[in-house]
Amino acid sequence: MTSLTPAKDILPPPTERSTVLGWMKKNLFGSIGDTILTFVAGGLLLWLIFAIVNWILTKAQWAAVTDNLQLYMKGQYPASEDWRLWLLMFLLALIVGMAWGIFLKRAEAVGWVLLIIPVVLAVWLITLHRESWWRFLVVDILAMLGYFLGKRYPKKLARPTYILLLLYMPLVILVVRGFGENGFMKLVGTNLWGGLLLSLLLAVFGIVFSFPIGVLLALGRQSKMPALKTLSVIYIELIRGVPLITLLFMGQLMLPFFLPAGITIDRVIRAVVAIIMFAAAYMAENVRGGLQSIPKGQYEAADVIGLSGWQKMVFIILPQALRAVIPVLVGQFIGLFKDTSLVALVGLLDLLGIARGILANPSYIGRQLEVFAFIAMIYWVFSYGMSYASGRLETTLGVGER
Amino acid sequence: MTFKKSDHGAVPFWRDERYLQIIAQVVVVAALLVLGYWLVHNLLTGLEALGTPLSFKFLGLTSQFDIGESMIEYSRNSTYTQALLVGLLNTIKVSFLGIVFATIFGIIVGIARLSKNWLVNKLATIYVETLRNIPLLVFLIFLSTSVFHKLPRVKDALSAWGWAFLTNRGIYIVWPQPSGGWDVYKWFLLGSFIIGFIVAAIKFREGRRTGRMPLYWLWGFVVFALLAAVSWFIAQFMAGQPMYLDFPSLQGRNFKGGKSLTPEFMAIFTGLVIYTSAFIAEVVRAGIQSVSKGQREAATAVGLSGFQTMRLVIFPQAMRVIIPPMTSQYLNLTKNSSLAIAVGYPDLFAVGSTIINQAGRAVEIILVTMGVYLTFSLLTALFMNWYNKHTQLVER
Repeated sequence: MTSLTPAKDILPPPTERSTVLGWMKKNLFGSIGDTILTFVAGGLLLWLIFAIVNWILTKAQWAAVTDNLQLYMKGQYPASEDWRLWLLMFLLALIVGMAWGIFLKRAEAVGWVLLIIPVVLAVWLITLHRESWWRFLVVDILAMLGYFLGKRYPKKLARPTYILLLLYMPLVILVVRGFGENGFMKLVGTNLWGGLLLSLLLAVFGIVFSFPIGVLLALGRQSKMPALKTLSVIYIELIRGVPLITLLFMGQLMLPFFLPAGITIDRVIRAVVAIIMFAAAYMAENVRGGLQSIPKGQYEAADVIGLSGWQKMVFIILPQALRAVIPVLVGQFIGLFKDTSLVALVGLLDLLGIARGILANPSYIGRQLEVFAFIAMIYWVFSYGMSYASGRLETTLGVGER
Repeated sequence: MTFKKSDHGAVPFWRDERYLQIIAQVVVVAALLVLGYWLVHNLLTGLEALGTPLSFKFLGLTSQFDIGESMIEYSRNSTYTQALLVGLLNTIKVSFLGIVFATIFGIIVGIARLSKNWLVNKLATIYVETLRNIPLLVFLIFLSTSVFHKLPRVKDALSAWGWAFLTNRGIYIVWPQPSGGWDVYKWFLLGSFIIGFIVAAIKFREGRRTGRMPLYWLWGFVVFALLAAVSWFIAQFMAGQPMYLDFPSLQGRNFKGGKSLTPEFMAIFTGLVIYTSAFIAEVVRAGIQSVSKGQREAATAVGLSGFQTMRLVIFPQAMRVIIPPMTSQYLNLTKNSSLAIAVGYPDLFAVGSTIINQAGRAVEIILVTMGVYLTFSLLTALFMNWYNKHTQLVER
């Protein structure tokens, strides 16, 4: 036993090499093939970065973007009524802040990013010498205020927050549209809605209204009643089998015929109807996935405690099914937001429509790259932001783990 | 425990769930029928009042408009039906090529996303996350207006070693053209293909029997390639060179020879390929990741090489997860090809909307277009059902 190494001479176990060189050896130059791949990929990346930076520094002219910021954001919406949109934004910031404080309770990294975006926008507006920059800061302040209030009084504020969230959508429609011929909150026709405002409204309307229809269709497809089941299947497969653009054209060209003579429907509403019809079919399939994931025991347990068919669905099955499909629904919402760009093809002035309109202006001739880069970035920020936030929410709330 | 009926009396039919369900269904169906009748009635009377009652007879009339590119004989004297057929063929062409190339790129990017090489991995992630989060339509219009229509003019075309020329009028690439010996050679080619196929089938059988699956498709391909190469010289000896490479060249004001691809086609094609490949990459990645780690470790433990592990263990299992979402991506690509209207490529929908503008027959054309797309997806659905049954049988 004397040949044992004395304890002081025993070396500590080798640790994972965490030097920069070690990391590079492991992740970039593991083998010859890896090394070649690294050089090819690195070359591609450098070339890409060089091309983009070179373009931004030497060729890009952003006048087509900076001159028309108002148009991109809200189309022809009258400037005198801007305060209504800002009011809605302030309210949204407050609600989101409160919900964050009540349900998440922690300032996640996503939260900081969300708070930084308005600051960046404000700074950008200052460099462009616009006066409205301070409003972005108000958004931030309200969001933080909501967060601290929610964190401080989670019990008291939970119910009002729910109610505000539910009321927010109808409120948006009411405030954006307005009422009365003139004066306070005067009517702003849908022909004046445009830009990002219209894109977002279309997506929100689409998802909010298609949701109940989709749930009903999913239940219909799962039901044991043959007529309802057949009808649901026919509707879902019919809609999912055709491109959205044909439905939009149908809405624009055929819908007027379906209604009795003399009744005309506004173009935006026609597009919204098409989008809702389209989204409902996909929503139904997503919800069906959730319904199928509920174990049979849940149905049987509900039967045993004597719940009626509707009670069983509303109190036992749907809450679990919908909870299971939240990630999929977020994905669908993102898809819908991107799909709203198709309304530009039927002549509505959403973000893409406005961009095409601006490019038609002779003074911005040949500035396609700048304009499309700008609107693609807006779409990207919203879509990626939503998918990232939902991913974080899933891990925080443990959705899909139960 | 049993209830005696006589103790409680029969349930009145208005509280009996079975009757209630029937009544509910009858009410719903009746309401839908009334609604449908009302809508269709409005439609028919409305069209009547406009002087264009619902009928498909106009499809036989002369179209009187030109179509930029067509795979069949077409002129402005052709009928609307022929115009729609041209559009349909163009849709099929761009969808088919799009599916093939999107699959190839998608698999490459999907595997790159799983690469242990940090740089490759991140590059693939950026590719996927950028494309998945911008609308296809924005991407398509961008490609059309700022890439393919921004290429240099014909006289200072970008040349790729004389094999391809990029201009704003289109892209011209070198293309094989049949010549003298082709008539003989095509039969040789067919024969080589059949023999290659038979060899692959034999090798596949052998693999099934012995349990050591050879690379049967590689066997088949090599046999085919060898036979094709040998018969090339035989055909050349018998009847002259079967094919020659037709290089595009500037003649007068435009390029002649080779294969020309219009900027419109290139925009919709590359747009669909790049956009869909990002989604396919995610499908492939999810499929490969769905195979449990133990499978990979077990394969390594029994001494399979990396490539063998992929081919014999991971891939067959991943396929089962990959195929269903992959078909739905193919279907999406086909449906998304209707956005060709935004870049001016005459697909089915674009031709249809030209006819709507010209003949004012919106209802009929929309019905025809929807019917065609619906047929595509129903065929795909049928295939999917067949495939699911097939794999289930194989499974256990």
